Amino acid sequence: MSGPYVPEIAIDRNGNEHIVQGWQGDFYGGKLGFWLFMFTEVLMFGAMFMALAYYNTLHPQDFLDASASLNRLLGGINTVVLLISALTMGLGLLNMRVGKVKEAKQMIWATIILATLFLVIKGFEWRAEYNHGIFLMHDQLLPESSLALGQKLFFGLYFTMTGLHGFHIIIGIGLMIWLLKRINAQKVTPDHHILYWNIALYWDIVHLIWVFVFPYYYMIGAGGATGGH
Amino acid sequence: MSKTYFDETHCAIGHPKSKFMQWMLTVDHKRIGIMYAAVMFFYFFIAVGTAFMMRLELLAPGGQFLDGDTFNQAFTLHGVIMIFLFIIPGVPAVLGNIVMPLMIGAKDVSFPRLNWFTFWLYVVGTFIALASLFTDAGFADTGWTFYAPYSINTSTNVIFTLVAAFVLGMASILTGLNFLVTIHRLRAPGMDFWKMPLFVWGIYATAWIQLLATPVVGITLILAIMEKYFGIGIFDPAKGGDPVLFEHLFWIYSHPAVYLMILPAFGIMSEIIPTFSRREVFGYRAIAISSASIAGIGYLVWGHHLYTSGMADTAKIIFSFLTFFVAIPTGIKFYDWVATMYKGKIILATPMLWALGTIITFTIGGLTGVTIAMIGVDIHLQDTYYTVAHFHYAMLGGVVFLFFAGLHYWFPLVTGKMYNEYHGKISFYLQFVGFNLLWFPMFIAGYYGMPRRYFDYLPEFQIYHQVSFLGAVIFITGLIYMFVVFYKGWTKGEPSGTNPWNATTLEWHLPTSPPPLENHSKVPYVDFNPYEYHHGQPVVKFDYKTMQRID
Repeated sequence: MSGPYVPEIAIDRNGNEHIVQGWQGDFYGGKLGFWLFMFTEVLMFGAMFMALAYYNTLHPQDFLDASASLNRLLGGINTVVLLISALTMGLGLLNMRVGKVKEAKQMIWATIILATLFLVIKGFEWRAEYNHGIFLMHDQLLPESSLALGQKLFFGLYFTMTGLHGFHIIIGIGLMIWLLKRINAQKVTPDHHILYWNIALYWDIVHLIWVFVFPYYYMIGAGGATGGH
Repeated sequence: MSKTYFDETHCAIGHPKSKFMQWMLTVDHKRIGIMYAAVMFFYFFIAVGTAFMMRLELLAPGGQFLDGDTFNQAFTLHGVIMIFLFIIPGVPAVLGNIVMPLMIGAKDVSFPRLNWFTFWLYVVGTFIALASLFTDAGFADTGWTFYAPYSINTSTNVIFTLVAAFVLGMASILTGLNFLVTIHRLRAPGMDFWKMPLFVWGIYATAWIQLLATPVVGITLILAIMEKYFGIGIFDPAKGGDPVLFEHLFWIYSHPAVYLMILPAFGIMSEIIPTFSRREVFGYRAIAISSASIAGIGYLVWGHHLYTSGMADTAKIIFSFLTFFVAIPTGIKFYDWVATMYKGKIILATPMLWALGTIITFTIGGLTGVTIAMIGVDIHLQDTYYTVAHFHYAMLGGVVFLFFAGLHYWFPLVTGKMYNEYHGKISFYLQFVGFNLLWFPMFIAGYYGMPRRYFDYLPEFQIYHQVSFLGAVIFITGLIYMFVVFYKGWTKGEPSGTNPWNATTLEWHLPTSPPPLENHSKVPYVDFNPYEYHHGQPVVKFDYKTMQRID
């Protein structure tokens, strides 16, 4: 594992040479591995969406009522923030690929700031909900409260899923800071940027999940408690 | 004397001087495989011990030395260890790690450091799983399936076990991911998918299941934790939730998981049968495709665990027929193996004996599975000893028997030594007889209505439990005997040479025995099928200096 890696050659019966693919410097393999890992994220959230859809069919009216009470303005701003952060992440990767390391780093910083902004807005949203008595293990969501069962389920899943999503954002910020350190240490360069590529992919999944979370939680009740009927 | 992988290694962090730290930090797939085996069999014997305690309790009706609650914890411990710590990582983590890269001519897996990390993640998971044995609340008493709402309400320490299952699932996902990329990227030049050995096909199908099914159970366990500690209500009927949803989400993973266990084991069978019949495997493509289709259909059958839990009749019928479907590719494999042996030069070495024994035991396990896939029959047999006997015939008599077959088969590859064939065969016969004595009576007891997971029973069932106990004693004797044979073989065995079985696949064409650190010193160009025999002799021969074909 030391010294520059020289790929081996295999020779067939006709004397032709074939390059042996090693695990070292396997850009395509690194990408494939991370795509597969992202697929597991999709399945994980997919299972939760399935549970959500199931309870939606059991308690349709409660779900509309609960959704109507969410703050669509803050949720909408957050959606825009995340979409822009995905753009900055992508632009950064493009910069890195053409060798503009400084610009790439600026874009990573922009993404980190947008991600932090997302968390701050999310924090305000949760705080407001807490003040209305809606939070895990708190006031309205306790078993003895009179809130409809469907609404309790909705909010229980809401806090679980947005919480897990927020956890992914925090991990993403950590990954981006690590990426900056690796770039500064010349370990990630325009010629060798698989780490950057994969973290950008991760960030895409994180924003993509939000793109599904936002309509299912915030928008189904957007027409008021009747759901627009 | 050239250096082997026991003499030198690559490490994940730095390069420590001490031998011990070199093992702890090694990224070599062969060493990691051996370490998996060591940890796994340690837990395996704990679970066997727990099972033996339960058998002892069941020797006579009434409570003797385990009370009901302890008995509940005992079968949970047995299930959790056997399923999550032993049999799910089992064949892929040990033999897949050691053999698969050698078979495809790779120097290591695609992400060696990740492989190292995964091993330690697994070890951490095992610690978390067993930590609750030493807490006040005690080990979970829910059974390994953690069915809600009982798992939500029980006062025992379920959370440790749930977290552990999540961590172990994570390790399983990462192993699968690593193997998928390895098989896609690191095959030797010329080796397309139809030239891969069938064990690699088995590992490949397994890796997809690990990757696609495990996240679902992971999130289910997280939701159960959220339910238990934050009361989100998702599985609690008192809060509007639906406990059957838990069963669905749980079995969406856990049913494919049994195919995840058996597919690499079938891969081992597909290696052993042609090698010891000295014949090209019959229906290579059929076996390969049946692995893939078992993995595919295996996704759609989970509902057969819920026949008695409350499900629409239409769904029951669909799940029932889909379950029958899985038997078809499995049947194809068995006919192919039997057809491979036809007119072959069969050599009854210990690995072959294990494989032949498995043909008997797994056929019983598989066919009894088809009977309980029928809705009407299942209503009668659900949660009886019949089901217990069925899955032990399939899991122990299928997966673990083939795992043992693989351990014998690749023992000379890993250690460079030969175990004692005579004693190996004795241990096989002991275990085979003990196994059937242990589990066959349970089919009958279950049919007459002996329910599973009870520490007490009516006197009329005693004879079955007594026969089972006798079987358990013989089986465990054979088991210990086998490990003594392995130990003696490793310490005092004769050097085996690189290809003791006259096998054809690439892992037997290594420059030294045991293999050197980076496997094949020269990678061959693969323009041949994995099992080419002619008149009982391997067709393909190599010049081991250049690894070019000279036949």
